[in-house]
Amino acid sequence: MTAPRLDRTAGPERFAPGTFTPQPGRGSLGGMLRAQAGTETRLALRHGEQVLLTLMIPVILLVGLTLLPILPLAEPRVDSVTPGILALAVMSTAFTSQAITLGFDRRYGVIRRLAATALPRWLLVAGRLTSMLAVVVVQVVVLSALAAFLGWRPAGAGICWAVLLVLLGCAAFGALGVLLGGSLRSDIVLAVANVVWFVLLLAGGIVIPLADLPSGLATVSALLPSGAMAEGLRDALTDGTGPGVGPVLVLLAWAVVGATVAVRTVRLR
Amino acid sequence: MTPTPPPLLAAPAVSVRGLVKRYGRTTAVDGLDLRLEPASVLALLGPNGAGKSTTVEICEGFLTADAGEVSVLGIDPAGAPDALRARIGIMPQGGGAYPGVKAEEMLRVVAACSATPLDVRWLIDVLGLDGCRRTPFKRLSGGQQQRLALACAVVGRPELVFLDEPTAGMDPQGRHLVWELVRALRRDGVAVLLTTHLMEEAEALADHVVIMDHGKVVAEGSPAELTSGGDQQELRFRARTGMDVDALARALPTGHSAAETVAGRYVVRGRIDPAVLSAITGWCADQGALADDVQVARRSLEDVFLDLTGRELRS
Repeated sequence: MTAPRLDRTAGPERFAPGTFTPQPGRGSLGGMLRAQAGTETRLALRHGEQVLLTLMIPVILLVGLTLLPILPLAEPRVDSVTPGILALAVMSTAFTSQAITLGFDRRYGVIRRLAATALPRWLLVAGRLTSMLAVVVVQVVVLSALAAFLGWRPAGAGICWAVLLVLLGCAAFGALGVLLGGSLRSDIVLAVANVVWFVLLLAGGIVIPLADLPSGLATVSALLPSGAMAEGLRDALTDGTGPGVGPVLVLLAWAVVGATVAVRTVRLR
Repeated sequence: MTPTPPPLLAAPAVSVRGLVKRYGRTTAVDGLDLRLEPASVLALLGPNGAGKSTTVEICEGFLTADAGEVSVLGIDPAGAPDALRARIGIMPQGGGAYPGVKAEEMLRVVAACSATPLDVRWLIDVLGLDGCRRTPFKRLSGGQQQRLALACAVVGRPELVFLDEPTAGMDPQGRHLVWELVRALRRDGVAVLLTTHLMEEAEALADHVVIMDHGKVVAEGSPAELTSGGDQQELRFRARTGMDVDALARALPTGHSAAETVAGRYVVRGRIDPAVLSAITGWCADQGALADDVQVARRSLEDVFLDLTGRELRS
């Protein structure tokens, strides 16, 4: 039956017949990953506060701690400073920036928006990880180039160990970041993520080597992902030796525990 | 690109039988039945908290039902959301996007999830978003965010579209644009399930309207069927006060009732045809009265809705 229909639209038809004829189907996996990870990476690199956290502060600390005698460090100062700054960069992106972004993405409904498309859930997670790794690569390249300009000469033998530690750090901090950003309200996430970042920066073994911290604090910090990663990178890049089992196990444990709890508690919506 | 015609589906696009969803002790959806035919528009109408969004989210696979059968394009949405979501378009309530993403950028991400998406620039232009293509999502107006969300729902050329309050927060121009789009979708063979609490919207767009309250269907039918109330119509007139309404009712065919609502104002309920009208005016003349200001009322969908769901405010 045809009900009388209101039609007050004038002029030529806006939508030609056949415009919306169904032609459904999922996009290619590569195309979906590229679109999501590419967009998330661009968003991270043009967001002022995130760039401050992930690039500006590490750059300022790298230059400042190398050129100014604020902390008593072994010479050449740049060799002592750079490993900690690389650990800071990873922590900033994988933990703080990741948690804050996820918190606000959830609040603005983007996780749900993407889940409503044909994008598989595992690819949604993979896209976020890819974007996180892309930002870490940008950070490592920029900071290493700057450090090299300041005279940094890393121990070649430790490069492979350093790459492994950076990846493990991404996993440990990333799992904790997702756990934080996926569980609490976005404004609380913002506060907690920044406070944790600041505390770990000063007391977690990032800028001040464990050896220079009070002994009780040093013991605790060695068991934190920040201390394990920074100390491991110092051994690898300054002395060219392996970081030993300790830091690797600490980072692995945080990654596994963080991911396990996150899988159980985080609601991606 | 040559669009292939959709397969002729005998099966309904959405079929819901005996759906139940509870949140703790609250029953949000209570034994609901729904059927959306292919290439047609179904409007779920109801006050806030009636269970409309819960029903839609179960059909989309975002929530699971506590009881009942749900079939969307022949698929159980609880079991296979990925296979299903490649074929449907979803506009969640309030949209959803990265806070800092530009409007066009967001649409491109969603378009990439489809095999043969519509042209993104064309869709942006035709939905009146060309002026804010590069505006971050959080700085778009409510109506612009809604139009972007609508673009995201249709960009993948779906067979079936779920629109949860698609015109909430839109100005009249935006609303008519959305209506035009929904009519074009239907014309091109897309099934549309939309929720709304705007009677005008349901009346203007829907082939079939389901009025929900407290998780149940309280009425359904085409807008015309609902507003004519089956055979129920009413005729109102003014005449001198105190006429014998029982005598008037006896003078009319069975099934008609008459009442004096306030002094001098009368209402006759029942099927109103020319013979009934002439019987009423003739009876008044016999009483030496003139039936004045005679009006045959067609109930609006809003009247039906308020009669069924009550007039008190819902929090």
